[in-house]
Amino acid sequence: MSMLQVSDLSVSYGGSRILDGVSFSVEAGQWLMIIGPNGAGKTTVINAVSQGAPYTGTVLFEGTDVKTMKSRELARCVGVLTQNHYVGYGFTVEEVIRLGSYAHRPGLFEKGRDDSEARVADAVEKTGMERFLKQSVLTLSGGELQRAFLAQLFVQDPRMLLLDEPTNHLDLIYQKQVFALVRKWMDDTGGAVISVVHDLSLARAYGTHALLMKHGRTVDFGPIGDVMTPENINGVYGMDVYDWMRTMYGQWVQE
Amino acid sequence: MKQRREGFRPATYVLFLAVTAAALVLCVCLGSVSLPLKDTLRTLVRAALGLAQDARSLAPSIVVPVRLPRVLCVAAVGAALSLCGAAMQGLLKNPLADGSTMGVSSGASLGAIIALAFGVSVPGLPFAGTTVLAILFAFGSLLLILGVAYRLDSSLSTNTIILLGVIFSMFASSVSSFIITFAGERVKTIMFWTLGSLQGSSYQNAAVLYVTLAVCGAILLAHGRELNAFAVGEDNARNIGVYVRRVKLTVLICVSVLIGVCVSVSGTIGFVGLVTPHMLRRLTGPNHRRLLPASVFGGAVFLMLADLLARTVLSPRELPIGVVTSFVGSIVFVYIFFRSRGR
Repeated sequence: MSMLQVSDLSVSYGGSRILDGVSFSVEAGQWLMIIGPNGAGKTTVINAVSQGAPYTGTVLFEGTDVKTMKSRELARCVGVLTQNHYVGYGFTVEEVIRLGSYAHRPGLFEKGRDDSEARVADAVEKTGMERFLKQSVLTLSGGELQRAFLAQLFVQDPRMLLLDEPTNHLDLIYQKQVFALVRKWMDDTGGAVISVVHDLSLARAYGTHALLMKHGRTVDFGPIGDVMTPENINGVYGMDVYDWMRTMYGQWVQE
Repeated sequence: MKQRREGFRPATYVLFLAVTAAALVLCVCLGSVSLPLKDTLRTLVRAALGLAQDARSLAPSIVVPVRLPRVLCVAAVGAALSLCGAAMQGLLKNPLADGSTMGVSSGASLGAIIALAFGVSVPGLPFAGTTVLAILFAFGSLLLILGVAYRLDSSLSTNTIILLGVIFSMFASSVSSFIITFAGERVKTIMFWTLGSLQGSSYQNAAVLYVTLAVCGAILLAHGRELNAFAVGEDNARNIGVYVRRVKLTVLICVSVLIGVCVSVSGTIGFVGLVTPHMLRRLTGPNHRRLLPASVFGGAVFLMLADLLARTVLSPRELPIGVVTSFVGSIVFVYIFFRSRGR
């Protein structure tokens, strides 16, 4: 049984079809990269799987329809990291990180104890946020804020991470840090990751599988090497991507 | 890593209670006729214990039937409005939100204005028609706004709710103005009421307010963590496992009930729900586990002092309490705004 099985996923907004019959699956230990040009419906896949957008089709997490899961139960299975964060008030970094334990806290009439304290310390250490803990999130840079929310996600401790362009707007150092942290999380937990990325080099470097999309439809899905072929990539982007990459990276080699 | 306590310690609650009690006693003492503290305390203690009052003293005749029920109502209204403001500002992630943002306040006002203008009374009920109609209209407004919001957007997004709330407020205000235009000799009563007044508050009013505050306030206070998540961001709240729609509905219903009951007793009192949480956030931080309880006590103290000012500043004439809260509130708000911008 796949960790995540998505079948015939379709999403429409205001009469226009954003996603049209997308199907794919993800196993534990896999990192699925969703790639494609703007407007392909990549983010909508993340929104639908995380129940942030109404859809038709089925999304099964380890055989259970996620629509039937309670919010906390779903959050213990799937965690989401978005590209932008606009925090309304000056919460401390620690307060934002600790919110990740919400799904593990027993409800008002439930028994049990919140066991997230060790995870908070571990997440703070992994993401290097110790020195920012008492600081307001409003004072953080984009990269620091993204690391704070990544720490929150680690505290949430889901089995699968959904990352929507997690390093968009971040400089190279933070891009490397975020991807390295996610890779380490995968290695440590054996979880799975789905991420939307625009940088094809990052997709190739970190992904194990790829879902190539265009106009809300699947162009190809499978192991990353099988999907990221010149024919597929050039066809989807409508340009000679490989030649462009060679030109760009060739300059570095010459220097 | 040592976990910082999110809520207040019991000692802090004792301090809050002491400050609120001190403000209550002060407000009962002072007025157009100021009473000695000793007499006031003796009267309050005797009233609380059900003992006979001293017939020679002036205090019992002022404190028991007039000042105490009024100050008790003022404290409850202040606590409720402030709590609603704090909850709405967190829920909608909007520092300009308060209990009236939903349009429920305007709806309740419309109900009360209809009752005042047409002399509506409900036979057999201990409370005036104003109270009943205000609560009915508050509920009706809530149902209408949420119903339309749900038809437009089943996720009940924050922007949809704010937009519909503002539009509904304008609609209710225009209908209210229309009614006032043709209200004849009742205009003065209505205008005084729309500016907020707690003159003539009774123990029955206080009982309704405190029961509502106990129930709805407890529910709101129990949602501190969820409101923190909303204040960080609604998407983030959903992602960490908050049942977004249910929490939103619960908070909106509690706020509407509280606002409806407050408006029915006191009229519309502006700025308390907006300014008090802003002031308190500077002391407690944005964490709703601290901000919500602080707002209960802070709102009670703020409105009691505002009411004291309204009663005494032009004594023996009395200002509508809404005039004082809006005047003081707007100055405080501008001061806070400039301070927060570092000017």
